[in-house]
Amino acid sequence: MLMILVAKRILIAAFTLLLVSFVIFAITSLLPGDAAQELLGQSATPEIVAELREQLGLNQPAHIRYLNWLGGLLTGDPGTSMVSNMPVKDIIGERLPKSLILAGLTAAVSVPLALLIGILSAMYRDSRLDRALNVVTLSMIAVPEFLVATIAVIVFAVQLRWLPSITIVSPDASFGELARAYALPVMTLCFVVVAQMARMTRAAVINQLDSSYVEMAILKGARPTRIALQHALPNAIGPIVNAIALSLSYLLGGAIIVETIFNYPGVASLMVNAVTSRDMPLLQACAMIFSGAYLLMVLIADIVAIISNPKLRHQ
Amino acid sequence: MTRIQGSGWVGLLLVLMWLLVALFGPMLAHYEVGAIVAPDVFERMGGAHFLGSDYLGRDVLSRLMNGARFTVGLSFGAALLASASGASLALFSAISGRWIDETVSRLMDALISIPGKILALVIVAAFGSSMLLLLLIAAISYMPGAFRIARSLAVNLNQMDYVQVARARGEGRVHIAIFEILPNMIHPLLADFGLRFVFVVLLLSGLSFLGLGVQPPDADLGSLVRENISGLSEAAPAIIAPAMAIATLTIGVNLLIDSLASGGRSVTDEAQR
Amino acid sequence: MSAVLQVNGLEVSVRGERGERIKIVDNVSFAASKGEVLALIGESGSGKTTIALALMGYARRGCTVSGGEILIGDTDVLALSRAELFGFRGNRVSYVSQSAAAAFNPSKTIMDQVIESAVLHRLSSKTEARAKAIKIFESLALPNPETIGNQYPHQVSGGQLQRLMAAMALMSDPEVLVLDEPTTALDVTTQIEVLRSFKKVVADSGITAVYVSHDLSVVAQMADQIVVLKNGTVREAGATMQVLDAPSDEYTRSLMAAAKSIVRVQPQSLDASDVSPAKPLLELRGVTAGFGKTDRDGMPRFRVLHAVELSLERGSTLGIIGESGCGKSTLARTIAGLHPAAAGSVCLDGETLAPHLSRRTREQLRRVQIVFQNADTALNPAQTVEQVLGRPLAFYHGLSADAARKRIARLLEQVKLPANIAPRRCAELSGGQKQRINLARALAADPDIILCDEVTSALDTVVGAAILDLIAELRRELDVAFVFISHDISAVRSVCDDILVLYAGRTVEIGKRDNFTGGPGHPYTDLLISSVPELRQGWLEETHAKTVAEPNSSLPGNGDLCAFLDRCPVRQVGTCDKTPPPRLTHGNGNEVLCHLGQTKA
Repeated sequence: MLMILVAKRILIAAFTLLLVSFVIFAITSLLPGDAAQELLGQSATPEIVAELREQLGLNQPAHIRYLNWLGGLLTGDPGTSMVSNMPVKDIIGERLPKSLILAGLTAAVSVPLALLIGILSAMYRDSRLDRALNVVTLSMIAVPEFLVATIAVIVFAVQLRWLPSITIVSPDASFGELARAYALPVMTLCFVVVAQMARMTRAAVINQLDSSYVEMAILKGARPTRIALQHALPNAIGPIVNAIALSLSYLLGGAIIVETIFNYPGVASLMVNAVTSRDMPLLQACAMIFSGAYLLMVLIADIVAIISNPKLRHQ
Repeated sequence: MTRIQGSGWVGLLLVLMWLLVALFGPMLAHYEVGAIVAPDVFERMGGAHFLGSDYLGRDVLSRLMNGARFTVGLSFGAALLASASGASLALFSAISGRWIDETVSRLMDALISIPGKILALVIVAAFGSSMLLLLLIAAISYMPGAFRIARSLAVNLNQMDYVQVARARGEGRVHIAIFEILPNMIHPLLADFGLRFVFVVLLLSGLSFLGLGVQPPDADLGSLVRENISGLSEAAPAIIAPAMAIATLTIGVNLLIDSLASGGRSVTDEAQR
Repeated sequence: MSAVLQVNGLEVSVRGERGERIKIVDNVSFAASKGEVLALIGESGSGKTTIALALMGYARRGCTVSGGEILIGDTDVLALSRAELFGFRGNRVSYVSQSAAAAFNPSKTIMDQVIESAVLHRLSSKTEARAKAIKIFESLALPNPETIGNQYPHQVSGGQLQRLMAAMALMSDPEVLVLDEPTTALDVTTQIEVLRSFKKVVADSGITAVYVSHDLSVVAQMADQIVVLKNGTVREAGATMQVLDAPSDEYTRSLMAAAKSIVRVQPQSLDASDVSPAKPLLELRGVTAGFGKTDRDGMPRFRVLHAVELSLERGSTLGIIGESGCGKSTLARTIAGLHPAAAGSVCLDGETLAPHLSRRTREQLRRVQIVFQNADTALNPAQTVEQVLGRPLAFYHGLSADAARKRIARLLEQVKLPANIAPRRCAELSGGQKQRINLARALAADPDIILCDEVTSALDTVVGAAILDLIAELRRELDVAFVFISHDISAVRSVCDDILVLYAGRTVEIGKRDNFTGGPGHPYTDLLISSVPELRQGWLEETHAKTVAEPNSSLPGNGDLCAFLDRCPVRQVGTCDKTPPPRLTHGNGNEVLCHLGQTKA
């Protein structure tokens, strides 16, 4: 039963990813302009344009092009960049680890922090601490990343001169240098993500704290910490993991602004470049990576929720 | 109606202020939007120019008041479109047969799996970024979220006994949707609309900040931040003011919704994505 | 004898919308000595649970104990510090709550939760606590006492969970045990076993118990003293015998009147219906329905109803009784066309109705109306009473606004509500008022049949009794037939001409109301009837109600064999577990699905 449910989730995620690929391809192929013409500029002769069109496979009907592209994606070859003429695979391959490092660092900082804030404000619900945290987190999720980033730069880089305003990571940097380099982008990303995650965690824990079994535990003489950690938390794992997944997926969007501001060579800034240069193969691949990452995180959260459900685990 | 309290008043005040600025800002502005009026670029606050001057020596306050109109107007339109189309589709889907519901829901799941900003970038790359397109882009990006919330509301209401009674009476689907289900969805949908608005403001100013949103000579609040980015190293008010403007607008809306919606947090938190 | 528990002038208040304090419990005093069982009885809003929780030094969110004192032994509970309270709760006083299914943490084993208080209060080591728990399981007559603790809450039945919660409460050998509606969520046949084991444990351990309930009959079995509460104040207090035999308070008398089973309707023209020349108004033939995927024969995977047959004469009332999950609500929904039957037919006046309501004509739909159990969810909170009642008038009868207004006034009069209620929103009405509007909406269609699905079970006893009176009166005045579905045999007996007993989706007995007073009929019917507590002391000791065991799925009860086999106290090995039971007509005219009648008939 458990395995069937998990398998079902995986199938649904795969199917959704397929739909996503279709949507992305459809939008990018409904281009009003001609990619070949655009690449070569107005001065190119019709013959050269036609040759390039042939080369790019633009003469084939849309569904064939879609299937070719999809096949490429599945075999790990999402095409060639129209601008740099390099394989998209290589361009992304160089950038992806950097994005993963940034996301990993942010997650490592934000998840524990958010869980702490969320659980604390749930435990002390309606106290002054909770109300203050409510207004603070509510405001934090409403602040645009570029405001956080600019203020952080002004304070830490311009005024205090503690940290660099752009993130350059050289391969032979020491740990201290690395920490300084990553401090500002990670701080900015955490700002929004922590608030969101903390609010959702609070809601999930409170939902459990309102249940009869928690009242029963109180009546057995259990203390608040025991109640939160031993009684409420095990039942809130599903929704909390879901909250983490949704918040971290927000990182994907937030990274676009942050990577741009701090000149960080990740996939998100690559995608912005692809938009400005209208490099469609690169753009498509980047979009698929972000959507795939979202689906993967939600899938993991779903599976954790299924596994953590005692009714499914002990039948 | 729930009473507004505490931080809700702050929110209401901020929202009203930005609404007034958006409606009457251009009339109140002292200087022409494009006019270079200050002797110096990146002037400090105070003096003839309340918020200083920008990178060309234009009056920041006047540009801000004009920019707010674009930000608030575009976002309001896009959020309205997203919420209305999402809710209508959800209602249609919930009362239709299993196949239609399943198909629409799967499609929306796919759309929701493309993070809002990413989807916006893809569409901008393909179609460019005219004012109308920006509005549509923002609406499309946040419609699936509105759909998801509205559908779960509609599905729950659809199970209610009073809907069963109406069904047993022989009422048609449209009657049930409009007279039995919709009136009970309005309240949470309004709260959700406020959140969509905040998301759209953040999305559009983010796009403008990247140079992919509102194009010169027009400028929304995000473009103002972008064009003055060179003032970052001197902490010029020209870059801080528009960024703060966005923040106060979105924070205001969030605070207001949170205090209005009874059990506000569950609504606010469910809608996050 | 000094009191183990003493409550003096207790006052609990909540904060109102404008921050003012509203007393929900006011000046409540009572005392109980060692080994005594004191009952707090009252309806919803009487403050009984709030008082029970206050005994634990606990108030729910928004409530505060604002005055009075609670003494357990020499300890003033309300004067305890926060830290002292943690050592007190679940140690010297412990609690058993209404819904065991909700009160057990779904992700911990039963044993971990049962021994939690003993371990928390350092009363014994884990190993000792486990051994003790197993002993208590035995004394509560739980099956497999050695291993039941290793299971998770969702793996055991509701009746067992309720007893496991009692075990949890007894682990710390408390001075006072608080039982808050501990059997309300159970079926009546399960309730009796749980009551018996509670009573035994209380008697054996000499514990002082506070028993909170809305049900006078249950309290009569359990309590030495009764405190009657209404709106947070004490209306009457005294020894059980005295309160039951000579109630001094008006309110207590009304509670007792509502709890007595009275027959509200006389059978309609007996001679005519015996001959029954005309075709019945409603007739079900072999109705089978269920959930899940359908197989090749169009049968659903999980069958809820198995070839149910019934017929209903014009203007008469048929009661359908059974425990939760027996399929009685599905039966109502199948008749209404909300849950299409997989096989069999539903005939109205000899005309076969389409299984699904979308295929029925508006006229057919008008003639059969359904009234749901929960009036809170059955009325659209966004609509006014006028809108709710006006819609069927416009929909079925095309009444003009003016004519509709007159008709609505008449309908409100019929359900005994003031006419000025019409412009109010449904959300503002009380539970009893909502249920009346619910009935009025059905009447607005001028139906031939009204299907009432548990219409009194969500209501307080007194309010529910008034609804029964109303139904009886409507039946006399209007020519409407009722199908009255309930789990409560006395409610069914009070308004019905005929009774159908449903067990596991099968009709196990059907017959005249007067034949359902004590058997012998189908063993399940007998169990059902003998399990309903009577409003007198000593009933629990006298009644013969008994089942063999809790429902046990290991027996091959499926197929065509008797569905009651695994719980039947009189089953005959070799017959009942080998051949399907026949449908026999007993001497009193009842049709019974059982082997046993064969020897008698």
